Amino acid sequence: MVRVDGSDVDGSLIRVRNLDKTYRRGSEEIHVLQGLNLDVGAGEFVAFMGPSGSGKTTLLNLLGGLDTPSAGSIRVGEDTVTAMSGRRLTGWRARHVGFVFQMYNLIPVLTAFQNVELPLLLTNLSRAERRRHVETALSLMGLSDRMKHYPRQLSGGQEQRVAIARAIVADPTFLLCDEPTGDLDRKSADEILGLISALVSEHGKTVLMVTHDPRAAEWANVILHLEKGALVDSPQGNAGS
Amino acid sequence: MAIPLSYNVRSVVARWTAALVAVLGIAGTVGVFVAMLSMARGFQATLAASGSPRNAIVRRAGAAAELGSVVDLDQVKVIGDALQVARTAEGAPLISGEVVVIAPFPLKSTGTDANVQVRGVSPSVLQVRPQVKIVEGRFFHSGLTELVVGSNAEKIYGGLGLGVPVAFGGQTWKVVGIFDAGGSAFDSELWCDARVLNQTYKRPENIFQSATVRLTSSAAFTDFKDALTSDPRLTVQVDRESAYYAKQSQTVTTLIRVLGFLVALVMGIGAVFGALNTMYSAVAARSREIATLRALGFGSASVVTSFVAESLFIALAGGVLGCLVVLPINGYTTGTMNWQTFSHLAFAFKVTPGLLGAGMAFALLMGLVGGLLPALRAARLPVASALREL
Ligand SMILES: Nc1ncnc2c1ncn2[C@@H]1O[C@H](COP(=O)(O)OP(=O)(O)OP(=O)(O)O)[C@@H](O)[C@H]1O
Ligand SMILES: [Mg+2]
Repeated sequence: MVRVDGSDVDGSLIRVRNLDKTYRRGSEEIHVLQGLNLDVGAGEFVAFMGPSGSGKTTLLNLLGGLDTPSAGSIRVGEDTVTAMSGRRLTGWRARHVGFVFQMYNLIPVLTAFQNVELPLLLTNLSRAERRRHVETALSLMGLSDRMKHYPRQLSGGQEQRVAIARAIVADPTFLLCDEPTGDLDRKSADEILGLISALVSEHGKTVLMVTHDPRAAEWANVILHLEKGALVDSPQGNAGS
Repeated sequence: MAIPLSYNVRSVVARWTAALVAVLGIAGTVGVFVAMLSMARGFQATLAASGSPRNAIVRRAGAAAELGSVVDLDQVKVIGDALQVARTAEGAPLISGEVVVIAPFPLKSTGTDANVQVRGVSPSVLQVRPQVKIVEGRFFHSGLTELVVGSNAEKIYGGLGLGVPVAFGGQTWKVVGIFDAGGSAFDSELWCDARVLNQTYKRPENIFQSATVRLTSSAAFTDFKDALTSDPRLTVQVDRESAYYAKQSQTVTTLIRVLGFLVALVMGIGAVFGALNTMYSAVAARSREIATLRALGFGSASVVTSFVAESLFIALAGGVLGCLVVLPINGYTTGTMNWQTFSHLAFAFKVTPGLLGAGMAFALLMGLVGGLLPALRAARLPVASALREL
């Protein structure tokens, strides 16, 4: 279940209401998001599309509690994310959000294993349990033989698979992927998208993904478009390619 | 759990050139700091080793050092009669009436003259100060213009070898022996017969500046002091020899320490700026990494801890380097003016574990001060915009 009209429905995991985000650059105000509504049920795979600068990254940052909106509310499950601040938000991110970035954002001086282990350092898991979880996540991404490799020893596609393993290892409520294939060739991109869609179909994960690429968006169950600061089901006019 | 320390250690190692300025700054500061303190410690140890707690030095009341004191032979006899004075098998008191003059001798190192303390002693002095041993040649014969030379004096000043004629005070002396006084101030001195020295300097033969006695035990000191100060025939002050020499070291030791702290403070400020600079650039260069860690759920406190730890790691490296560099000066002998006696005194640098510990603590302090502000900046980075940086 995915809706953008703001009508109250049952069963939404993520509920966004009247979200505004305004950036101020000097005296100029940029209204990036205006009155944005979104409902996403658990287990959905949603793709966000829209031209550069339309606010896709801004929306993901707000959903992930990395930034605060100018107005409006975001609820995830029982938590009102927009009412939290500082420490609580940091703790909430650790428990509920898995991030996947376009540039992978792995820590270059840590091995694949250590990168994936990072989110587990914030849990109470024992060393042995952490090892088990990391190995599971990496083998799910087909990287069992690359655990001791450093990011610079991996291809772009492999780096992104490590990043996905890191995003899922602590079993978050949902994944936020910002152009996860933006820096990859077609073949690696398809591999990554296949893995993400398997997380949804086989492991019941909820994924929200930003992409420029219509072929990448095809992997999602639902494609939404950002236009004039709000989400629409299908682009007005003929914006799509 | 916190951000793993290996993250910081490896990040520093990966960009080690960026940390070099901070490491060298801290190393230099720690090196100078420890060197100065070990100099003070060595000076102090040399003078402390000179005095024995079982010996007492008797001077005229009110005289600050031996040079300004007068004790005549009659007084020496009275002092020697005190019950607390140890005696030889023949019953002679172990007392050494002493006079001190200062004579110039050229330093081997620079060729310039230094003031050397020449001590006229009584023939029984080796029993009064049993830590002093003749290591080469023999002791002087009383009544002759013969010298025994302290082991440091022989090394540091020219023309004091065994058998060599030495001119000072209008007399020609002969070096007949070399003694080892266990690294004490006496090692920088020349010893001869007190009466001969008085004659040479045309002074009354039976006038001394001080008398040093060997006590029956170090516990006997208080009784000895009371006996002498209450004796109407004497107006003397009595000090434990150990306390007398420890006090002598105070001025110079304090001077070196104060100087050491001042120099270390100035250098330390420079080193802290080096550390600040290194850490600010580390934070700037790794802002996307920091934002990623924050996105993963590490709190701002973790980030502060992590970057302070990184700065402490750099400081640790600097501190260890500084200590290693300064370690070889341990035992290196140098000389300085003893401001109490205006004579040259040889002493060895003493790099003790305690001083190395102080150096490491100082290094870590510099790391802490230099790391705190950059760490706070790291924790305050706006996550969303830092993530956009490439
Ligand atoms: N910190 C900021 N201060 C001011 N303006 C900002 C800031 N961050 C983003 N913007 C502006 O907000 C708008 C939306 O940016 P955003 O990054 O969300 O777009 P996007 O849809 O992700 O674009 P792209 O496809 O290029 O990644 C842009 O016009 C951008 O310049
Ligand atoms: Mg973007």
